[in-house]
Order: sequence, then C-alpha cells, then structure tokens
Amino acid sequence: MSVSVRIPTILRTYTGGAAEVSGEGGTLREVLQKLDADYPGIGARILDEAGKIRRFVNVYVGEEDVRFVEGLDTATPDGIQISVIPAVAGG
Amino acid sequence: MALASTADTTLDFGPASALSCRECGTRYELGPIFACAECFGPLEVAYDFGSVTREEIAAGPANIWRYRKLLPVPANVETRPNLQPGWTKLVKADTLAGELGLRSLYVKDDSGNPTHSFKDRVVAIALEAARNFGFHTLSCSSTGNLAGAVGAAAARAGLDSCVFIPSDLEAAKITMASVYGGRLVAIDGTYDEVNRFCSELIGDELGEKWGFVNVNLRPYYAEGSKTLAYEIAEQLGWRIPDQIVVPVASGSQLTKIDKGFRELIRLGLVEDKPYRVFGAQAEGCSPVSGAYKAGHDVVQPVKPDTIAKSLAIGNPADGPYVLDIARRTGGAVEDVTDGQVVEAIRLLARTEGIFAETAGGVTVGVLRKLTENGLLDPEAETVVLNTGDGLKTLDAVAAEARPAAVIRPSLAAFRTAFAN
Repeated sequence: MSVSVRIPTILRTYTGGAAEVSGEGGTLREVLQKLDADYPGIGARILDEAGKIRRFVNVYVGEEDVRFVEGLDTATPDGIQISVIPAVAGG
Repeated sequence: MALASTADTTLDFGPASALSCRECGTRYELGPIFACAECFGPLEVAYDFGSVTREEIAAGPANIWRYRKLLPVPANVETRPNLQPGWTKLVKADTLAGELGLRSLYVKDDSGNPTHSFKDRVVAIALEAARNFGFHTLSCSSTGNLAGAVGAAAARAGLDSCVFIPSDLEAAKITMASVYGGRLVAIDGTYDEVNRFCSELIGDELGEKWGFVNVNLRPYYAEGSKTLAYEIAEQLGWRIPDQIVVPVASGSQLTKIDKGFRELIRLGLVEDKPYRVFGAQAEGCSPVSGAYKAGHDVVQPVKPDTIAKSLAIGNPADGPYVLDIARRTGGAVEDVTDGQVVEAIRLLARTEGIFAETAGGVTVGVLRKLTENGLLDPEAETVVLNTGDGLKTLDAVAAEARPAAVIRPSLAAFRTAFAN
C-alpha cells in the first residue's frame, strides 16, 4: 500500500526538509517501520522505548486520530494521508 | 522554526533564559518552537530570576506587569501598547461558602479582564514573544475566548490577526472574535480539528511570520497563567490557599498555576506549605477526569459534547500533567453534567452576584460535588476560579432566566401579579 506521510517541522531534519514523503505498509505500524528504514532515527522520535506512540504526539490516518481507532494497528489503505503532529495547548 | 539557531542579540525576554523540555529536560535557545525535537514533549520557559521582593511587586501597576520580573517579557513591557490584563478581583464568597458548608471560600473572578476571560493574560505574554520574533500576524486556534483576546490584543498592538474557531460556537464569542477587525475563519469541525489544521498551517509557507499564540508561541503564552497563582497568593496576603479548583480544557492553566505557586515558594515570596489542586471538567468532555478516576497516567482523547464549549478540548495536550499534579498535591479531577453546570452558574450568580460563563459553572459545580463527596476539606481555605463572563454564554441559562411576570405599568397590575 502506498501512502503519504506529512512530517512536522521538528522532524524535517530527518527528511531533508521534506514536508511530505511517501510511505508503504498495510498498517500504521508497518508505515512507521518503513519510514524509519528510509529516514533512520525518525521512528524513535515518534515511538517511545516501549514502541508506543509518544504521549505528546498525535498521529492521524486520514481524518482520524489513531487513538480513536486501532492505534498502531490502524489500517492504512492505499493513497491515504498520514499526519504526525505535536500536541498543542488549548484555547 | 525547527532547530535552526534563533540566537539574536535583539531578543529581550527579561528573566527568561532558555526553553526546556518538560519531559526530558533538553534545553533550547529562546525561539518560536514549542515541541522537543527529542521526544515531542512540551517546551517550557526556564528563568534566571534576579531578586524579587513583595514590596517591589506591590509598587507595580494594577495588572500582570507587576510580576514582569517573573515573566518572559522585557523590562519596559508596561510602556508598550497592550491590554494590561489581570489584577482581577478575589471575591470573598461567604454566602456561597455558607450554602456549600465551607469555612472559607474565595472566587478569583477573571471575567474582569479586558475581553472578559482569563485569556488576556496568556495572550499578553504571547504578544511580547510575537514582537520579539518579528511576527506580523497574531493567530490561534480557539474555543472562543482566545479568539477574542487575540483579536483585541493584535488591534491594540497594531498587528494583523487571523483566528480560527469551530463554526458552532456561541454567538457572543463569534461576534467578539470578529469585531476587532482581524480575520476570523470558522472551521467546520471540532476544536481538536481546528488545532490540527493550525499545526499544519504553521509548517506551511501560508503561515510564515505568523505567531500562533497557542502553538508556536505556546511556551510563552502558557506562562501567562502563572499570574493567576501570583495574584491569588498576593491578594490573600502573600499566602498560598489550602485548596484550589481550576477548570481543565488543555490543562495548561492548571499546570501553570501549580508552577506559579512553586516559584513563589522557591523565591521566598510565600511560606512553603502543602496545597491541593483540583481539576474541573464537564462530563461531556472529561478525558482527564476519566483518566484520573481510572488510575491512568495517559489521557485517551474523546469527542466533546457539552455546553461548556470553552472547555471542549477532547485531546488535552497537558492532560498528563494535570493528572501528575492532582495526584502529587492530594487533589483530584472531577466532572459535572451540563445540568449541574447550569445550576452552578445560577448558584454563583444568586449567592455572590457573579455571572460566570459555562466554564465557571463547571468549576463551581465541581466545587460543590467535591464538597459533597468529601474530597474537599470544608475547613480548609479554598479558591475557585471563574475564568469567563456569563454574557458570552447566555444561551446556557437564557431559558430559565426570564421575567417573573409581564405586566402593564400600573400598581394594580403589579399587586395582582405578586399578590402572594
């Protein structure tokens, strides 16, 4: 499955400045593994030592915050956009 | 943004010395960044405080700038055009205390700020950061109050503004967000979706030179809430209250009130003593109180459904810290139904003559619930926050707050209507 991944500003040092990169995988977990293979080190910025999504990162598959669905096991259908976004303060 | 060096000798943040990650402690130069590049943790302002005395503060202006030596602002902040928020009333609420069975209760009434909510405090600090970084546009994602505060502050300071809100907000908040002349954009979605949109806008060239007060200026912005702690302590005669009840949306305000109290202790401005911090949420958006009650230290996001729209943040960024602070201080996080929110608005209005917005109804409702379920000590000195003005959320009580009678202008008609 080919997907696109939006990269937040603080992680663009890993992607050579690219705001969006292409990815592969049937689940979010697979997409992040492939992303880390393509851009070594980026995975550890998104996932903690236990392999869970860090508590101050929000990851969206399409419009959906993955914490509302299957987390890392969320399916990533062909062509979908994945966004990695730092949590922000309130309003 | 990113990690590019932001070192600039023209930056003037007063006593602020660096940004520091609240999670892992990594330090960064002061700049328009908000998340740690190592762990995504929120960045906080770190300080080198000089000497600060009670006398000096007391001699300062009747607004938050009396605490400028504790804030990331330049020494001449008072002389620059801004809304001069703060120094709102701390009301001794004896009637309400009597009704609830509390010995000593105060309401910190932040509806007295220039745009009628506590948001003027945080925006005033973010504005100074925006000026420091040379931004031309002030922006935010908002549940309503913040949008008005940003619009007004930008107008006063001569900056452009562009604010983003969910399209289903209360009419008064939409009007206030738009009247100051900046651009108001309503987004067809929840606050959390508006927030996500702003986070993406910030990495885009469309958002170049924009200061999003609660995103890329968040470390500075959030410090403004410390002034609530400073004022409460000073107004109590340089004493920290035993218990405080604070509304929780993103959790930033509660986190910074705790930081403010700890700074006052560290600087020797108040005596060190234990205090308990309680968080208040609406049941229809209670991810933090849900996590507290379940014993979790992470917050599962929710989709909000409550009349307390200013607290309707389903994915609260500082939620984990609220849990830490409530547990560390022996407080709690509790929630109330929309019905209880309305009752509490009326209770506060009837007993103390303070008309709170729905967020204030949430804190007073939770105060009542905590008293009833024994989590709050009725003998201890307690402060409850009202963070906004009831005129902004009239719909919450409009149906019940009606004339007792409609009569002709004659004594006979009055006598008939009120014969009993």
